[in-house]
Amino acid sequence: MLNISNLHVSVGSKPIIDGLSLAVPAGEVHAVMGPNGAGKSTLSYTLAGRGGYEVTGGSATLNGEDLLTLGPDERAAKGVFLSFQYPLEIPGVPALTFIRTAMNAQRKARGEPEVSAPDFLKRVRAAAANLRMDMDMLKRGLNVGFSGGEKKRMEILQMALLEPRLLILDETDSGLDIDALRIVSEGVNAMRSPDRAMLVITHYQRLLDYIKPDRVHVLAAGRIVASGGPELALELEREGYDKYASSSQSVAAA
Amino acid sequence: MAAVQKTIDTVSALEAYEHGFVTDIETEFAPKGLSEDTVRFISAKKGEPDWMLEWRLEAYRRWIAMDEPDWAKLSYPRIDYQDAFYYAAPKEKDGPKSLDEVDPELLRTYEKLGIPLKEQAFLAGVQGSPKIAVDAVFDSVSVATTFRAELAKSGVIFCPISEALRDHPDLVRKYLATVVPTTDNYFACLNSAVFSDGSFVYIPPGVRCPMELSTYFRINASGTGQFERTLIIADKGSYVSYLEGCTAPMRDENQLHAAVVELVALEDAEIKYSTVQNWYPGDPDTGKGGIYNFVTKRADCRGDRSKVSWTQVETGSAITWKYPSCVLRGEGSQGEFYSIAITNGRQQADTGTKMIHLGKNTRSRIISKGISAGKSTQTYRGLVSAHPKALGARNFTQCDSLLIGKDCAAHTVPYVEARNAHCTFEHEATTTRLSDDQLFYCQSRGLDAEASVALLVNGFVRDVLQQLPMEFAVEAQKLVAVSLEGSVG
Repeated sequence: MLNISNLHVSVGSKPIIDGLSLAVPAGEVHAVMGPNGAGKSTLSYTLAGRGGYEVTGGSATLNGEDLLTLGPDERAAKGVFLSFQYPLEIPGVPALTFIRTAMNAQRKARGEPEVSAPDFLKRVRAAAANLRMDMDMLKRGLNVGFSGGEKKRMEILQMALLEPRLLILDETDSGLDIDALRIVSEGVNAMRSPDRAMLVITHYQRLLDYIKPDRVHVLAAGRIVASGGPELALELEREGYDKYASSSQSVAAA
Repeated sequence: MAAVQKTIDTVSALEAYEHGFVTDIETEFAPKGLSEDTVRFISAKKGEPDWMLEWRLEAYRRWIAMDEPDWAKLSYPRIDYQDAFYYAAPKEKDGPKSLDEVDPELLRTYEKLGIPLKEQAFLAGVQGSPKIAVDAVFDSVSVATTFRAELAKSGVIFCPISEALRDHPDLVRKYLATVVPTTDNYFACLNSAVFSDGSFVYIPPGVRCPMELSTYFRINASGTGQFERTLIIADKGSYVSYLEGCTAPMRDENQLHAAVVELVALEDAEIKYSTVQNWYPGDPDTGKGGIYNFVTKRADCRGDRSKVSWTQVETGSAITWKYPSCVLRGEGSQGEFYSIAITNGRQQADTGTKMIHLGKNTRSRIISKGISAGKSTQTYRGLVSAHPKALGARNFTQCDSLLIGKDCAAHTVPYVEARNAHCTFEHEATTTRLSDDQLFYCQSRGLDAEASVALLVNGFVRDVLQQLPMEFAVEAQKLVAVSLEGSVG
């Protein structure tokens, strides 16, 4: 499914990702953990195609298709979805309008017909109920005046409706209280399926109590320095990232 | 950053002006330049009564003694008023004409512009829309007015103003220049001397106008200015919703458009006036050509509890100088101004409103959304004033500016004058830049750059779009997207 090989990424001529390789097969959930400044957000932005993240080497493919030459909207149409650490506010655009516009744009890019209004509403109602979201929230400007937790739920709602194939969760647990964390995690778990791959990027092990990863990778100094099963996350929780500090010294400032 | 440049490129490339074609039609001109003879020529062409000619000549004499205003934040070379035609009209056969007799070339022109000049036809692309009566003004003359018979059944008069001068002289004489006096300002005075056509509307007491009225202005002839005059009177307890639209061909020269619009609302009457202005904005790169739009629009809320609402979507013109205003004379009268102004390329706009509170408990509301892209400059200029007798006057003003790219500018110049201690004025203003973060967020959900900008900008102007008659809101929404084409990439 997702294959990243020897990836190098610079931001403003400063190397951040430095030879990162990672493979997430279809049906699996992989966690990427690491200290602040290790390059976690750079990895998620690079995969989603944000401007200003310059790929200086390596490759990233989804089902064998090169992702890095595509624009962010083209990647979305191919099934890439990034759940933002800090979701943006879009004043004057109700969430319903936003999601429907996005859904139809993706469908158009794939040569599929537009979603009908009743069908769309039916899906939204079901997804919102799962995430315990009030429909009124979806009629206001997207994320405007929402709490941190509400914004994260909105991300997961979008993810559920857009039905991506590669799900990237960037620090989804930040800003969530325990109840919200549980609801969001349930939403994410509901999307696990044999034809989807999931990359869960997080600083804390806490989220992984709810979203059980198949594999855990440690990202330090722009590359994967250790990989293991779920027990690796527990070890990190106990012992911290100090053990991997030596390898991160070269780009500590990043 | 790359994404910013992309944004700028997309917004500037979208600037494809789709109304820039020229209609090939035989045209009759007045002699070039401006003199008393020009004024006499126009008046004679219109078959006007003597008092009207005298009125025009008086305006002309006052105008030559006036100076062109220079206080607006606009820069353009001096206009040579002798180097233009003040009257241009498609040559026509004798006699009055029904819709069937309108030159097919003209019909095709309006069809191309999406304006229905057939009574069974509705606005292009809007299925099942209600009936809309259209007055089509082509250069200096009205070429067709639809649904007149049907409107007449309700007592509504909707006709070219030149015709109203002949058929309803008393009404015209009673109200003309009572809202915008001849010498109000340089451009209004010029208009008074040389105006050639425009629409006249009278809604009798207690009548709710049965359909939307609209006037569609088209400048076609080269080297010609358009000077239209619109007068709308809503008698006691009546209601009317009126919309004007404007387009012009793409030309290298600058063409002058100096209109005067006067609205009179008597007791308990309400007028809703919407404008979708899309004159040719000039070449986005060189700034060559485009319309100079110097317009005076004012409403007199003469009767108690009367209400006037201005809604404007300004996307065109090289230069816009325009301040649709309300004189809130009647007790408890209300004025509203909702504006979306978009400038791109090298456009300059200095626009806003004046809310003059004269009566007790008068209320006004101003929502202005300015979007600047490319190398354009935009200024919101507004006056809110309360006179000593306007006790209990209230105003709420909100001015928001959105900047796209780094070469554009936005200014807000609010004037507030409270001459009594019992009025409440609120003013809010924001300036924001279209953020790369928002753009990327939209793109990461599958929208391309252009669709992302259109979505963000439509969100920004939503409060105002909602004020437009529904039939035109869709059109305006598209226009917003088209005007910003090419500002991102």
